[in-house]
Amino acid sequence: MLPRPTSHSKALGPGVAGPELAVATSAVLDRPPQSCAHLPLTGAQPCVVDPAVLADPRQHTKYPYVTGTSVLAIKYRDGVLIGCDTLGAYGSTKRYKSTQRIYRVNSKCVVAAGGEVSDFQYISNLLDELATDDFRTDDGIELTPQEVYSYLCRVMYNRRNKFDPLWNSLVVGGVEKGGQSFLGMVGMIGTHYTDSHVTTGFANQLARPLFRERQSDDMSEEDAMHLMYDSLKVCYYRDKVSINKFQVAKVTGEGVSISEPFALDMRWDYKLFAAPTKWAVGAW
Amino acid sequence: MVSASDAVSLGTSIMAVTFDGGVILGADSRTSTGNYVANRVADKITPLSDNVYTLRSGSAADTQAIASHVQHFVAQHQAEEGDHISVKTVANLVKMMAYNNKDNLQAGLIVAGFDKHEGGQVYSISLGGTITRAPFAISGSGSTYINGFVDKNWRDNMTEQEAMDFVTRALKYAMTWDASSGGCIRTVTITSAGAKRQFIPGSDILPTYGELGREAIRA
Repeated sequence: MLPRPTSHSKALGPGVAGPELAVATSAVLDRPPQSCAHLPLTGAQPCVVDPAVLADPRQHTKYPYVTGTSVLAIKYRDGVLIGCDTLGAYGSTKRYKSTQRIYRVNSKCVVAAGGEVSDFQYISNLLDELATDDFRTDDGIELTPQEVYSYLCRVMYNRRNKFDPLWNSLVVGGVEKGGQSFLGMVGMIGTHYTDSHVTTGFANQLARPLFRERQSDDMSEEDAMHLMYDSLKVCYYRDKVSINKFQVAKVTGEGVSISEPFALDMRWDYKLFAAPTKWAVGAW
Repeated sequence: MVSASDAVSLGTSIMAVTFDGGVILGADSRTSTGNYVANRVADKITPLSDNVYTLRSGSAADTQAIASHVQHFVAQHQAEEGDHISVKTVANLVKMMAYNNKDNLQAGLIVAGFDKHEGGQVYSISLGGTITRAPFAISGSGSTYINGFVDKNWRDNMTEQEAMDFVTRALKYAMTWDASSGGCIRTVTITSAGAKRQFIPGSDILPTYGELGREAIRA
């Protein structure tokens, strides 16, 4: 791509698409509109490099195959709780019912993911290498959740820039050195934020209203678990790609504990559920 | 972005089986809009007459429209004939609606019932309006997962209890694999004595491999 000639504006300096003179004359004002006025005057045209054109042998993730659904996370008095179900769905098929979507990085930090399971397994591997290297420095200092979060932000964003994203929504949770809790979310295009409660996928719509109403940073563990269970129930009722089999990870100053898979009691015993059209002839 | 697949649809598991003395119709209770479960306790078993019911799968709006039209024609027919309509006639009315409007509909229905001429009968009406009579029929997105199961476990002339167990087991497996099916199991048993409804709440459905039973319930 040859660079297109620049216009040298005496008013604004070289290489700038501006008026040629500081004062616009009829030569400039009456000039017909340029069709490529929005394009830069120097450099190659944007988006010209399509990897397929260059016969790139690498694969590019275009769509996910085996996916995990929502992840829910809240801060509470002693630390953070992160919950999700254990389903690896294959499109609309509930195929793998015991997938691990929560990964323990070290005694202070945990990462959970929705989205493509294979990409999360790759990320877990990266984190394992990071944590192992960290351990080998043998200085008694562990990676903090903030550091893991920043690292993952860069990983996700750089992959996005290569048009080969890791198809995940990640939740990073843990306890910092000073004892404060940390919760952050990193998306597949590098979007990231931290907050007192964080959700991915369907939980954004279903669980966030419950969190906004009931979560507070100094809530007790019992209240936090109760809130987590209620939110997991709503996600199971209303997300078709979910199962009644959950894991909750708890990270406190004491360390990390990831629960064994458990179920929640779902309510189907409302009277109207049994015969919704009984008294409504012609209804559905 | 709203797409055609986001329309309210009965991604579904439905089936009907004949047994010695009548038919049993069974369905799950999930209606989904995309991945959202719009109704977790839907009723997909719709009466077309006292002795003939239909199971609906596909677009909720389309199947409701067809059922509604057929209910009207059946009522008219029964008023003129002064007798219960035969299952075959109802099934053909449904077929006519599905076939003549095939370009505009996305509906797969199973029509099943009991009449004094031929006893219990099951008719399956597929997307284009093909009508097929069979001793039993399965349909909906969840049915693909239980083709092997029903082929292996179907028997002719089962008792009512055996047929009920067959239907509930088959639907359980369909619901466990298909994300578009779930919730509760509804059944309707039609015999010479009329139609009887039953409801199995989701919590009463036994877990399959990989799922958890009630002993694992934490809260």
